[in-house]
Amino acid sequence: MLYRENGQFKTSYSADQQIFPIKQDRILILALIAAAFVVVPMVAPEYLLRAVLIPFLILSLAALGLNILVGYCGQISLGTGGFMAVGAYAAYNFFIRVDGMPVVVAILLGGVMATVVGVIFGIPSLRIKGLYLAVATLAAQFFCDWAFLRIKWFTNESSSGSVSVGELSTLGWTVDTPAEKYLFCLGFVVLFALVAKNLVRSHIGREWMAMRDMDVAAAVIGIRPVYAKLTAFAVSSFYVGVAGALWGFVYLGSWEPAAFNIDRSFQLLFMVIIGGLGSIMGSFFGAAFIVVLPILLDNLGVAVGFDTAFASHLTFMVFGALIVFFLIVEPHGLARLWSIGKEKLRLWPFPH
Amino acid sequence: MGFFIETLIGGLMTGMLYSLVALGFVLIFKASGVFNFAQGAMVLFAALAMARFAEWIPKWMGIDSKIVANVLAFAVAMLIMIAVAWLIERLVLGKLVNQEGITLLMATLGITYFMDGFGQTIFGSDIYKIDVGMPKDPIFLMENLFQGGVLVNQEDLVAALIAAALVAALAAFFQYTSTGRALRAVADDHQAAQSIGIPLSRIWVIVWSVAGFAALVAGIIWGSKLGVQFSLSLVALKALPVVILGGLTSVPGAIVGGLIIGVGEKLSEVFIGPMLGGGIEIWFAYVLVLFVLLVRPQGLFGEKIIDRV
Repeated sequence: MLYRENGQFKTSYSADQQIFPIKQDRILILALIAAAFVVVPMVAPEYLLRAVLIPFLILSLAALGLNILVGYCGQISLGTGGFMAVGAYAAYNFFIRVDGMPVVVAILLGGVMATVVGVIFGIPSLRIKGLYLAVATLAAQFFCDWAFLRIKWFTNESSSGSVSVGELSTLGWTVDTPAEKYLFCLGFVVLFALVAKNLVRSHIGREWMAMRDMDVAAAVIGIRPVYAKLTAFAVSSFYVGVAGALWGFVYLGSWEPAAFNIDRSFQLLFMVIIGGLGSIMGSFFGAAFIVVLPILLDNLGVAVGFDTAFASHLTFMVFGALIVFFLIVEPHGLARLWSIGKEKLRLWPFPH
Repeated sequence: MGFFIETLIGGLMTGMLYSLVALGFVLIFKASGVFNFAQGAMVLFAALAMARFAEWIPKWMGIDSKIVANVLAFAVAMLIMIAVAWLIERLVLGKLVNQEGITLLMATLGITYFMDGFGQTIFGSDIYKIDVGMPKDPIFLMENLFQGGVLVNQEDLVAALIAAALVAALAAFFQYTSTGRALRAVADDHQAAQSIGIPLSRIWVIVWSVAGFAALVAGIIWGSKLGVQFSLSLVALKALPVVILGGLTSVPGAIVGGLIIGVGEKLSEVFIGPMLGGGIEIWFAYVLVLFVLLVRPQGLFGEKIIDRV
């Protein structure tokens, strides 16, 4: 009844090409963003910001990046954790080695370095496909793990490979309270999500999708595989690298290479699959699900009175079972449920 | 020279053990097109079951003989692995027929999490020992050829022999039994196999059971070498490059790949490692595979991938 597109006529090309063609969607999204910027930092308790919202935002940025590669371009990557590590350590090096480096610039430069590494490890994708590629990208993961542990220059000669950053300041603004950190991440996420949404709607996004659906056919109709695949790797690893830098700088503060190990890669892949392949919205759903679920399960287990070891094993079991359950019930992810819900809402309360 | 040969032999034997884990991957991929990430979890689960039952059975039944206890524990562990195979087919794979490869891959990752949690819940999460009476003393070979001879770990030698025997047995099973023939038919073409009356779901249970058996043997060997603990499931990550190098669909590929990776890893660690700061074992295999794949994208023995529009 409320959610209807009747009477919303598009009279110009720009109106036809809007991201959200339905007025109610536009209002909802703007309200959501406004609430996220204004209301949440004021009312959310510190624990919620620190333990749930900040990791959710950063990981949804990383999931977004991975979704561009896996969901839009169809190249399965298990090296995401490695690219995050590159982003984090590169940003760290720019930050401490260059005097007066603004933290935003350091983070973006971290993303640029991750892009370079991502493109290098993306080159094999021109020849290797499917599951073979997935395993080949593990090379990136293990190589990065090793490099940041063993090559002391990257970690500023620290003996354990653990590094930490001090004050995060940009143009006189110091990011230190949880609310400020939250806003800092939110700014990145909103901006990058907007760019991503527009990228996948543009010609390059269409090239990626053509590559995903059938690469030989795409090449036949004149899409250059080299260009399409490598740009997907570049954009994706830029996003992932920025997310890695944020993870290190804002969420962890001090970290070691294990923060970006292979479990992180799997976790991000879960987010993308459960959220929905090839959906920007889905990346956020997936990230929310994967971030919140273990926290919920752990707290639940402890609240019921299991001892911690048993509770953590139980978390593993429930987590694994739920993933399988989701894949069986809705293989297209939470984003699909969302769009089904919207379809239903358009007709509600009438049956047809 | 003696040292070189020693490293080489050590590498070959480790490689044989990698092949054993890799074999599980290949069997399942061939028969159902599922890239089974849970193979590592299955190794851990089987080893845990074996270790714990070998400890519990003598207590429950008052058996003193170690051999009887081990045999019984092996039988129980095998039954458990068959049950696991049946459950996976019933609850997971049967419901995911015709899904894309990546969805199936993720499903097996879910199974991995579940089995890691479940195994440690019922069997406990300490370090357990499996004692099947493997000889521990090292022996020296070719003492007349080199100064000091070549040191060979007897345990590794026995393990490699067992692995080789298992591989031969599996190859014979695939080649000469009617079930094996059915398995090969399913591997070639699901639909064609089904149309001539081969029951797909039963074949999948069988192939997962066989993979479970391979996991059990691998678990016992690795477990008696390193102790049964959580890190055992990481052996799967070592076996992945082996599978890819040999080709996802090739049993001989898994063996040859395992040997190449085993030797490559050991030699690189000993001879290149010190130049790069050590610890390169973990990524060397992957990078090696990457370069091989650039030349042969389907692995050394894999079926040629032909794209049709």
